[in-house]
Amino acid sequence: MKPMIKKSLVSVLALGLLVLVSGCDNDNDNGAGRYEISVTNLSNNQPMSPPAWAFHDEDYMGWEIGSAATAGLEILAESGDASSFVSEARNHAAVYTQRAADEMVLPGQTQTYTVAFRHDGGLQFTLATMLVNTNDAFVGVSGVKISDLATGEERTYMARAYDAGTEENLETAATIPGPAGGGEGFNAAREASDKVSMHSGVVTNSDGLSSSALDQSHRFDNPVARVVIRHL
Amino acid sequence: MKTSRIAASALAMSALLPLTASAQDLSVTVTNLTHGIYFTPVLVAAHEDGTHLFQQGQAASASLQAMAEGGSLAGLVTDVINANGTYSENPAMGMLAPTASTTTTLNTDGTSNTYLSVVAMMLPTNDGFIGLDSIAIPTEAGTYTFLLNAYDAGTEANDELLNPGAGGAPGVAGIPGAPGGDTGTGGTGAAGADSNTMVHIHRGALGDTNATGGTSDLDSRIHRWLNPVAKVVLTVSNP
Repeated sequence: MKPMIKKSLVSVLALGLLVLVSGCDNDNDNGAGRYEISVTNLSNNQPMSPPAWAFHDEDYMGWEIGSAATAGLEILAESGDASSFVSEARNHAAVYTQRAADEMVLPGQTQTYTVAFRHDGGLQFTLATMLVNTNDAFVGVSGVKISDLATGEERTYMARAYDAGTEENLETAATIPGPAGGGEGFNAAREASDKVSMHSGVVTNSDGLSSSALDQSHRFDNPVARVVIRHL
Repeated sequence: MKTSRIAASALAMSALLPLTASAQDLSVTVTNLTHGIYFTPVLVAAHEDGTHLFQQGQAASASLQAMAEGGSLAGLVTDVINANGTYSENPAMGMLAPTASTTTTLNTDGTSNTYLSVVAMMLPTNDGFIGLDSIAIPTEAGTYTFLLNAYDAGTEANDELLNPGAGGAPGVAGIPGAPGGDTGTGGTGAAGADSNTMVHIHRGALGDTNATGGTSDLDSRIHRWLNPVAKVVLTVSNP
């Protein structure tokens, strides 16, 4: 019984929030937050496309295992271009703020971003970035709850690699947009399965896939990135 | 509404007392996170502290071996029954396909089954399985997520050769089946006996890209995985 009650209460609250958000763009929202996001690329040779993120409540999901990727996520995961993913977030009523970084995060690098915005509680965080030397792998943190993060506190998330399920993992030069291939990024055609899953890793030409433009240096394992959220 | 909330809180508090038997409704959702691996029928079991379907670093029981090599739950279910466990067998009514989910419920009312375990074989593998080993079920109502690794039962060589049907019997080499129908034939054998014969983290599949030869009948582009391979979402409610 209890979870049901809780859920309905939350839904009522969420509905209230939606009304508030759509009703006023003024400064009379009840929360203001400043957060610092740090992203560290833990892979050996997989540059990460400029990360895109959203701060939102529980009604937004950037992706879901077993469901088809949105068009925005497909473009992000196949080409590294986050603009459509960010637009989708901007148009979602449950998203408080969204943005994509300007620069890639190279292996070993840490990039730090500061974000200030107003919100109405129930705060969650989602981030996505492409592993550019793959067909459609992206690294993500999805809907982690940060509403309990007190000022001055930070929390670390070890991010794993997902397969957008939109492009077959051929690993050929023509289909890898990163420096290892220099090939095509986004292509609207989708692979048969068309479901987001966890990524199975790359095979590479060093391990028997002779048609692969990738070599041993491009192999990766989870976690692929570290994401730290600090409430300033 | 207010009354039931208070009642629920009171129950939750009493569940924290060590001597009271727990009264809990559990909902368990198992999701296959992989891109190309199937799970055989899933076993979800609540049991007492000290009961294990498997343990890392320990030899597999005969029941676990039968599950890991052939997907059979019969032995493990008998073990759970003998341990007075509460269980759900095969909630997906068959294979759990890549990215698919299955949900089941357990009522541990009147028992001391306060620990949860989940297993299923991974296909196509020789003796790979997903496992959650005896986690303490939280007493506070809520939703809890666990990410599961792939384990190697340590009981069969990872030869990666298809041996339809027969390969599922304990001690018989080979992979009993490939539900995706995407394996090859004619492999020479990818590996001999495991160096580590205890239950351990699976080193992953090798595979190759030769559908009619090579060392493996598996396809390196389809049948590999990285951990985690499964997600278990446990929802606890105190009636």
